[in-house]
Amino acid sequence: MSTTTAPPPGASQEDLARLEAHWGERASLRSWFGTVDHKRIGRRYLVTASLFFVLAGISALAMRTQLARPESSLLSPEEYNQLFTMHGTAMIFLFATPMLFGFGNFLVPLMIGSRDMAFPKLNALGYWVFLFAGLFMWASLPFGAAPNGGWFAYVPLTDDRNTPGLHMDVYTLGLLFLGIATTAGSINFIVTALKLRAPGMSLNRVPLFVWAIVATAFMVIFALPALNLDNAMLFLDRRFGTHFFDPEAAGNVLLWQHLFWIFGHPDVYIIVMPALGIVSAVLPAFTRRGVVGYVLIVLAIVSIAIISFGVWVHHMFATGLPHLSYSFFSAASTIITIPSGIQIFAWLATMLLGRLVVRVPLLFLIGFIVTFVLGGFTGAMFALTAFDQQVTDSYFVVAHFHYVLIGGAVFPILAGIYYWLPKMTGRMYHEGLGKWAFWLFFTGMQVAFFPMHLSGLFGMPRRVYTYRDEPGWDVWNLVSTIGAYILAVGLLLVLIGVVHAIRRGRPAPPDPWGGDTLEWSTDSPPRPYNFPVLPQVHSLHPTWDQPSRSSMAEDATADRILADGRRTLFTSELDGRRERVVEMPEASVQPLLLALAMLVFFTAMLFAWYPFAAAAAVAVAVTIAVWLWPPRRPEEELGVVR
Amino acid sequence: MSNRSLAAATSTEALTTELPAGRSTGWWGMVMFVTTEATLFACLLGSYFYLRFQHGGEWPPGGIEQPKLLRPLVMTAVLLPSSLPMIWAERGIRRGDRRRLRYGLATTLLLGSAFLALQATEYAELFHEFTLTTNAYGSLFFVITGFHGLHVLIGLTMLSWLLAAALRGGSFGAHRHDRVRNAAIYWHFVDAVWAAILFTIYLSPRL
Repeated sequence: MSTTTAPPPGASQEDLARLEAHWGERASLRSWFGTVDHKRIGRRYLVTASLFFVLAGISALAMRTQLARPESSLLSPEEYNQLFTMHGTAMIFLFATPMLFGFGNFLVPLMIGSRDMAFPKLNALGYWVFLFAGLFMWASLPFGAAPNGGWFAYVPLTDDRNTPGLHMDVYTLGLLFLGIATTAGSINFIVTALKLRAPGMSLNRVPLFVWAIVATAFMVIFALPALNLDNAMLFLDRRFGTHFFDPEAAGNVLLWQHLFWIFGHPDVYIIVMPALGIVSAVLPAFTRRGVVGYVLIVLAIVSIAIISFGVWVHHMFATGLPHLSYSFFSAASTIITIPSGIQIFAWLATMLLGRLVVRVPLLFLIGFIVTFVLGGFTGAMFALTAFDQQVTDSYFVVAHFHYVLIGGAVFPILAGIYYWLPKMTGRMYHEGLGKWAFWLFFTGMQVAFFPMHLSGLFGMPRRVYTYRDEPGWDVWNLVSTIGAYILAVGLLLVLIGVVHAIRRGRPAPPDPWGGDTLEWSTDSPPRPYNFPVLPQVHSLHPTWDQPSRSSMAEDATADRILADGRRTLFTSELDGRRERVVEMPEASVQPLLLALAMLVFFTAMLFAWYPFAAAAAVAVAVTIAVWLWPPRRPEEELGVVR
Repeated sequence: MSNRSLAAATSTEALTTELPAGRSTGWWGMVMFVTTEATLFACLLGSYFYLRFQHGGEWPPGGIEQPKLLRPLVMTAVLLPSSLPMIWAERGIRRGDRRRLRYGLATTLLLGSAFLALQATEYAELFHEFTLTTNAYGSLFFVITGFHGLHVLIGLTMLSWLLAAALRGGSFGAHRHDRVRNAAIYWHFVDAVWAAILFTIYLSPRL
């Protein structure tokens, strides 16, 4: 037993040995491909999403280099179109959401005191599908066939007449493929949070991060179908000659925009909400108190999730819709700032009332507040239709959403990486290196994106591959490019910091920060079964309160150790009362096979090899049928009368 | 009785292995899946109305006739009641009655297949008049009904799979019938969606 392992007084050595036998995974190729451990899957999500982040980031650097001076010819217009489309698409779909789902996968079962997700095999499927969909989309870039119509792919630009070739088929099919992973992951989060919470964890004791993930998952359930339908229709229009978006045959191009933004605006919150959850999770450890206004924040999370479905038209203020609808959506867009404001003030109050411990995660939180609030300011400006129409499709918009998304998602994600690195790897990071990374990243971010407000106000449109030597544009573009490189150096230091921690970091204790949630009651990294004794939760801050802590130690009971199999507990949805003990599934390669069959299906659809696609669809059905086939049981156990 | 054996006899496990308590994760998972699918159909039918009202003028456009009612009403009369044998089968297996499960599943399978056969004859007839590529109405008509038809086909596959497992024996009983219940939820959903499609595609142009 290593020195980092806390002595578990609750469970006996035999119990621990049996738990290890049921949950442990021996290192083998089969276990690598078949694992259903939420911690391994969560880490894979994080690593894979980071890889796509690096690819999308290199695309951005290439574009910034091209724009550093006027009339540059480093990139051709065709290359530039593919790079900005892949940059946006990958950052939104292949980095932000999967990265946060990675945190969710690793943390939700730990935070709620469970031994795995509700559907471990579905979880593994989600990861494989995400990986394959990401590779499917990126693989098109070296062939010059990557999506090139912008991340929101407006028709008629993207129809088969204006964008022939595979470009937009890669986009529609890739996102449909990825949608399977996102939907499966969301359903898994919801059900896990409803049924697998430790006994005693009633809804008012659920950590804010879990609330945020569940609200996000609900938004996915209701928002993603709109995007899926949109992409399916575009694919049918392009490939099979339907006329959904064709005004000459009773179709309508604005249908694309409506469906896209019915998904797209909730998606902003799908990205930002779990990141705000990270903020609420990290803050208590560095202010030495609980977050102020727990109930208010929960209400804010829920109301944002609902109102976000009523603001989509503010992306379409320049399309000539009736003015009455502008007023409605303008009002809704203004209202949604209220719950967002509540959260910001709750965090500020927490910092004011607490005792600050200035470590790297806290620095990133402060960077988050500054940057996100600046993005919020310009967001409130867009809610005014007249202003929106002035700056739409200019660099002002580019500046705004980078402030919102880097501020609202990347800063919290980086805070989360430093905060949970000890838990995930069992190693501490280097504080000095982390501080350098923060300051470079923060400075680079401001230097890169603040001037874009100005170049936008000076009239520079977004998505141009180059520009003339106009007065006022060249200086700010050069400054932006310099900022982008500083930002990249900051991110490189983050990467070096992580690698350094894994290879050379000193071993992390189970609870290096004095955190309040249950993951800090496990080893660093946690054992495969997470908790030797499942906790009995007595408060919102179980690791800070004595009864909850001792429920895992001297007050352990056999019905919370459950060492006779791969077992965990179901509890009731609202009150977290015990319901029953359940057997969890073992490792299996079925998820990988299913994802591979789907990959074959989507690839065959892309190249119009329809017989292959049909065969792959049959393979999908057969794999699912085998996966879910009921095991044979004796009749007494089943309860058969006749 | 020692303290330890008392604890064992009154543990969660001992008290709950007899009959499942509370909703299962499978139930919640299926309900969430059906919710997101229902949203998809809502978007699809919303697109129908959006295109129709944005188009203005004649609907269906391009000289396509109003959809005929007789066959879709027969299809409705076949599909909607197909939920009843499913409910009967599910209630049966909840009491451990495997015979009811088998007969109920077989009846639902027959009704669902009859629905698909009727839909195929409808398509064969309509293809003379318009297709997927005629105009946006044709695209909407065939994509909406075809997508629903695909759902019926998936539902039928699930039911056949259940029936195969039920015929093998050793699969379902009073204590183990989560899969039956989940497939039933899906089937009822496919039925309910048809009612919305009947209204949208076949009835609403006549209003």
